[in-house]
Amino acid sequence: MASRGTANPALRRVAERLAPWLLPLTVLAVWELAAGVGWLSARVLPAPSDIALAFWTTLLDGSLPHHVAVSAGRAAQGLLIGGGLGFALGFLNGALKPAETLLDSTLQMLRNVPHLAIIPMVILWFGIGEEAKIFLVSIGVLFPIYLNTFHGIRSVDRGLVEMGRVYGLGTAALYARVILPGALPSILLGLRYALGIMWLTLIVAETISASSGIGYMTMNAREFLQTDLVLLGIIVYALLGKLADTATRWLERRALAWNPSFHTALESAT
Amino acid sequence: MSAFAQALRRLPLTVSRPFPASPAAATGGHAVIERARPLPLVLDGVVKEFAGRRVLDGIDLRIPAGQFVAVVGRSGGGKSTLMRLIVGLDRPTAGRVLVDSRPVSGLRPDVRLLFQDPRLLPWQRVAGNVGIARGPGWRERALAALDDVGLAGRGDDWPAVLSGGQRQRVALARALVSNPGLLLLDEPFGALDALTRQEMHGLLRRIRDEHGFGAILITHDVAEAVALADRVLVLREGRVALDLDIGRPGERPDALAADFETRILKEV
Ligand SMILES: Nc1ncnc2c1ncn2[C@@H]1O[C@H](COP(=O)(O)OP(=O)(O)OP(=O)(O)O)[C@@H](O)[C@H]1O
Ligand SMILES: [Mg+2]
Repeated sequence: MASRGTANPALRRVAERLAPWLLPLTVLAVWELAAGVGWLSARVLPAPSDIALAFWTTLLDGSLPHHVAVSAGRAAQGLLIGGGLGFALGFLNGALKPAETLLDSTLQMLRNVPHLAIIPMVILWFGIGEEAKIFLVSIGVLFPIYLNTFHGIRSVDRGLVEMGRVYGLGTAALYARVILPGALPSILLGLRYALGIMWLTLIVAETISASSGIGYMTMNAREFLQTDLVLLGIIVYALLGKLADTATRWLERRALAWNPSFHTALESAT
Repeated sequence: MSAFAQALRRLPLTVSRPFPASPAAATGGHAVIERARPLPLVLDGVVKEFAGRRVLDGIDLRIPAGQFVAVVGRSGGGKSTLMRLIVGLDRPTAGRVLVDSRPVSGLRPDVRLLFQDPRLLPWQRVAGNVGIARGPGWRERALAALDDVGLAGRGDDWPAVLSGGQRQRVALARALVSNPGLLLLDEPFGALDALTRQEMHGLLRRIRDEHGFGAILITHDVAEAVALADRVLVLREGRVALDLDIGRPGERPDALAADFETRILKEV
């Protein structure tokens, strides 16, 4: 490149910052243009500006906040119930050998059933009420949290546990100060994995049967050929997923501040 | 016991050392750390088997309160097993272990074990590790113990940022905080470099003299044993192959120390 030696370094830095955005912005511009001149039917793909407009109107009439709140509420309840149960089972089986003998192989068998495959059963049991969605999400998040809690507790350094006993820790203190903190990285990993499953389950459940929530919003919009709303729903799901992931990363950084690899992550993040 | 050791017992240099009369003077100004009540240890025909394989084969020992004993022996000779019996982590297959004239029935706060690796909790800061058992005033006691091992001001660091020698110092502080009467050290300096080892030897001797606890140090290093202990045991094939009183370190001539080392090496 002939101009390399003479290029302004500040200009180059700005160019490097902008470069990753070049392609998405171009695609958006071409998309907008194609929709505007009528190459792209609004039934196939609405213009980005239409989606922005749909966002704005549904925000103002309160329907978007309502559906988001309903979906987030289901997600939270399912996570609380399924995650709590998974944690309790993982803790129990990790701590007590007899509990493991009794329960683990059953849980491993149930784990192999894809939880979305039981949707017809769930609809038979609960109809299309709230319980159906919360039940499905609970089942979905239970197993990753169960497995990672169990594994985390089992793989705590035996030497540290022995040290705890030699230095006078009772059972409760041993769990609070040695075993649970040792299992925490694994538990948080399970949580992150569970969050992905949580949104996925919710999307499927709400799309199949619901009378509120983002999935309902998109399916309803589909019937009236409102593709802008459908796309808006998809984008909202993506943002919610990203938000949950960011929240767990933040939690990991706070809870695992003792870990040297997180020290560097913290420093480079600030 | 060998004739040589018996002859040594009669020499004036092996007379057991009386403890300093004034506890206050011995604590070196650290008001929080009390002097320990040193505990005597007796092993009576102790046998330990794992799945029928005999690791300790009838150990008889009398260790007076406050003595510093080094145990040397080959790898796999049962040294760590012996420590686990004394500290109460494990029970002997036969025979009795008596600490302070009472049979060991479990863990007790005045008998402490330093492991080969520091075994610090990475998710607790240094002070939190030292004061692991908590209880009233634990933080002050932990900071005083850290001060004692030369780590003043490091209480709020994470263990991950410390050097190997510093981590072992934290482990020592953790053992000191409960004011032990008997401290067991299972090769605590094995993983350290030569210079750091030297430093730790000085530290251990000073702290031992200040606190007055009895100590049993396992080591592979015969020179280390002679440099630190008043008495050296050689453990071989599950038995005590040599029991040698060598007197206070620093009070014996160099030539004698070298003589002890060759004698011990011959038995290991
Ligand atoms: N819990 C156990 N179960 C079965 N065998 C064991 C157990 N603990 C120790 N042993 C065996 O007892 C023998 C003595 O082990 P020990 O750890 O006491 O040796 P050591 O003298 O401390 O060796 P090193 O110097 O390498 O630390 C070894 O052969 C070991 O395999
Ligand atoms: Mg050992």
